[in-house]
Amino acid sequence: MTITQTKTTSAAADERVGKRSPFQKLLGRPEIGALVGAIVLFVFFALVSPTFTQPNAFATVLYGSSTIGIMAVGVSLLMIGGEFDLSAGVAVISSALTASLFSWYFTTNVWVGVGLALVVSLSIGFINGWILMKTKLPSFIVTLATFLMLTGLNLGLTRLIGGGVSSPSISNMDGFKSAQAVFASSVNIGGVEVKITVFIWFALVAVATWVLMRTRVGNWIFAVGGDANAARAVGVPVKATKIGLFMAVGFCAWILGMHNLFAFDAVQSGEGVGNEFLYIIAAVIGGCLLTGGYGSAIGGAIGAFIFGMANKGIVYAQWNPDWFKFFLGLMLLLATIVNLIVKRRAELK
Amino acid sequence: MNANEINQQTLLQNETDPLTHTAVHLLSMEGIGKHYGNIIALSDVTMAVDNGRVTCVLGDNGAGKSTLIKIIAGLHQHDAGALKVMGEERKFSSPRDALAVGIATVYQDLAVVPLMPIWRNFFLGSELTSGFGPFKSMDVEKMKDITLKELAAMGIDLRDVDQPIGQLSGGERQCVAIARAVYFGAKVLILDEPTAALGVKQSGVVLRYILQARDRGLGVIFITHNPHHAFPVGDRFLLLKRGKSIGYYDKKDITLDELTAQMAGGAELAELAHELEQLGGHSDVVKEVQGEVADVSQTTGKTYE
Repeated sequence: MTITQTKTTSAAADERVGKRSPFQKLLGRPEIGALVGAIVLFVFFALVSPTFTQPNAFATVLYGSSTIGIMAVGVSLLMIGGEFDLSAGVAVISSALTASLFSWYFTTNVWVGVGLALVVSLSIGFINGWILMKTKLPSFIVTLATFLMLTGLNLGLTRLIGGGVSSPSISNMDGFKSAQAVFASSVNIGGVEVKITVFIWFALVAVATWVLMRTRVGNWIFAVGGDANAARAVGVPVKATKIGLFMAVGFCAWILGMHNLFAFDAVQSGEGVGNEFLYIIAAVIGGCLLTGGYGSAIGGAIGAFIFGMANKGIVYAQWNPDWFKFFLGLMLLLATIVNLIVKRRAELK
Repeated sequence: MNANEINQQTLLQNETDPLTHTAVHLLSMEGIGKHYGNIIALSDVTMAVDNGRVTCVLGDNGAGKSTLIKIIAGLHQHDAGALKVMGEERKFSSPRDALAVGIATVYQDLAVVPLMPIWRNFFLGSELTSGFGPFKSMDVEKMKDITLKELAAMGIDLRDVDQPIGQLSGGERQCVAIARAVYFGAKVLILDEPTAALGVKQSGVVLRYILQARDRGLGVIFITHNPHHAFPVGDRFLLLKRGKSIGYYDKKDITLDELTAQMAGGAELAELAHELEQLGGHSDVVKEVQGEVADVSQTTGKTYE
């Protein structure tokens, strides 16, 4: 008798689905707060600065966004997986220095250095993840330690090998031109020069979104960030997933590092410090939860775009760039508050 | 009485199958014992689980219920007695071993990720994929379909499989966990205090799903400390106290009152009444406890001082 009662209710299920309109579903997306913020900011700068909407200026904004956005892809995934990486900023420079110092010191083709830099970057990610999994310390502590160590290694090894604070120029070495074409060229679209990093950024966002939404690994990333114990209990390889995420950040750091190296021909060994926060800010503005288990790669991209707009927009509006950091902080605060409100609203429905 | 019912009776009496004359228990424990160092957690416990039957394990805190399920689920190994699956003696060295023979455990904390949609939780760790190599992707539509269908088959009325599982009530979440275990081929389903943290209505919902699982042919082990939850759904009752079996009954041999009396422990209640009186407890409370003692004495036929 108890069983028959339950079956009669299933017919009513469809009516209740209808109550959630597509608009409310949209509001439930993690990146919606950032999207609203990005539109508001775009309209604002378009009004105060007529040059802001010019194709050339927009290409510059996109380029600025891409240099944050490429890293924000990896950092967003990592944050959804429930971890931080404070070493991400200097890891970019470590990667660039590895490639340039190695090929300069051994006078090899620069592609050898590029390959070695990839190995080093992935290894840094692996070591971060592995120590984290072994010690079960918070990732804040582990990656803070790696951050300090990498900062020291960057400065120390550059002075030891290159004899200065910046790596020696490699612009006349074998393979430099082809590497520059891959990592630091521009594409002409209707008379507008668009940097190749913009396309790499879009491609990475597309791949990351596909992985998150449509693959088993994506399911595991959400699970290890949401509740690692529950994930382990149903057979998700928690350690491998988290280590893999740190390595994904390493991969992004390698791409950006190579761009930094080949856009010029030398790298300042003290650079990169503080950038890790920009990546985290982009991810948070984009709706990734600090506690993990929630967010999207597109959100991180929108966060990076907001950063790029604010950064260049202030210049186009002919304001003093001193104000930039203030705006960045204000935006972070507003974006997170908007995210919070939107998320609560969406969950109530 | 039709043939089917006679068959049930014989199974419940722990006898052999009338046709094949072999043991037919899906899972059985004979004189199981377990000690941690010099602490005896469980000794001489015997019980059986059959297809389409619910075996209830009742006991207070520290009675050994957890140890018992941990042995069946493969988290711990027994030191004495025999654990048989389909008549074959087994000793599981890991939860994976137990899962491999179809023993699934739904723990109190459920192993679900609250922020993830229901369908992602349902298939977590066992996702369906299509395509090859690096382009292997999840078959999202199929997974959503199966989730909806499986939950409907369990009688679970869902609004939307895309909503985060954290939005479901405790009872509904429990039911998704049960449905997941059923779908992934569980033959024996262990439910660890599924009604412990739930209200009256929610508990009723979960009890209904226990019956659903039973009717789909699973052998269910239902761990609880509430005889009022156990009696309506159970076919067999194992009562544990301080690591020992203090009773193992078929449903036809015991009433709810007797079960409650056994669980409550008449002697302890009498002691509590004395203590309350000495401490100058509220006279109404003392009377109430004494009334309980009288009830227990009546049903068990013993007197307590």
